[in-house]
Amino acid sequence: MNRPHEVAQAILSRCQGATTSSFRDQCRVQVPAEHLLDVLRYVKQEAGFDLLVDITCVDYLHYRDATERFGVVYLLARTESAERLTLRVMLSEPQLELPSAVPLWEGANWMEREVYDMFGISFQGHPDLRRILMPEAFTAHPLRKDYPLQGRGERHNFPVLTRAEA
Amino acid sequence: MAIELPDNVVVSKLDELASWCRKNSLWPMPFATACCGIELMATGASRHDLARFGAEVFRFSPRQCDLMIVAGRVVMKMLPVLQRIWQQMHEPKWCISMGACASTGGVFDTYAVVQGIDRFIPVDMYVPGCPPRPEQLIQAIMDLQDKIQREGTIMGDEFSTQARQQPKRALVELPIIGRPSAACVRGTYEGLR
Ligand code: SF4
Repeated sequence: MNRPHEVAQAILSRCQGATTSSFRDQCRVQVPAEHLLDVLRYVKQEAGFDLLVDITCVDYLHYRDATERFGVVYLLARTESAERLTLRVMLSEPQLELPSAVPLWEGANWMEREVYDMFGISFQGHPDLRRILMPEAFTAHPLRKDYPLQGRGERHNFPVLTRAEA
Repeated sequence: MAIELPDNVVVSKLDELASWCRKNSLWPMPFATACCGIELMATGASRHDLARFGAEVFRFSPRQCDLMIVAGRVVMKMLPVLQRIWQQMHEPKWCISMGACASTGGVFDTYAVVQGIDRFIPVDMYVPGCPPRPEQLIQAIMDLQDKIQREGTIMGDEFSTQARQQPKRALVELPIIGRPSAACVRGTYEGLR
């Protein structure tokens, strides 16, 4: 029952609007945002995918055939059998909100902060949703595709110390 | 008026004496943030032996240093720290910008990396290379010693000349974007000044 593709089928039957695909035996499931927490709880508590390897995000702006802007990716693993499962949630502006996975995995805390910092996805119910990499006063989300690589001048925006001021 | 001097007396200027003392005991502040820091460590270690130039006493407290060696890239989150450490060092003090990253940002032309520390703090000596070999850093220290001997004064008057007050490469206009936008971080670091 716990093989990844069986779990994927179980998710499909439990949750309206989910789709599944696989690539080189790696199983991927795409779920709607409103079912995310249910699905995460199911895969952790019933299907035994107990390790949250990573939470990350992809910006599909200008991506061919993409209809939605962001894909938040949950990489899960089952430590008993070393099997893996990829969950993906698609989001578009202005609805960039997801339920936090911290109640299920404490380790989601910093990963969600990173996704928030770099892409501006906000996680509802996160205990401490602050930027983790960029300075607190930074206003942009730099891994978005519409943010210029060289920034908007933030790196040049500091007081200049001359000899007399030192 | 001729004065008979004993053989063991040398006549000099006070400025030169002070500079001579200073240049031969530069205590570096190792601001090593990346791979160049490894070469900096090698320079201080036995094979290259920075002690030959009186600069082997690396101090991790800026209060005890007079030479800041910035070795590695400085990101925008680190720059206020760099500036504060620079301000905490006592006069007279000098700064060596070691490597392509510290001097220009190197290959890291991204939103997070400061494109040369000389935009925000005064730099006395640049060392090219990625990373520079220890010999190059030693050459920079020797050149800095020459510079200190050449223009040093006991009261530090050389630091208050007009030319030294010019911010070297501070940008007014940005190449691509124009003037820095309001999406800024200035203001957060008010306590710095
Ligand atoms: S100049 Fe080269 S060696 Fe030095 S910090 Fe930059 S990348 Fe590393």
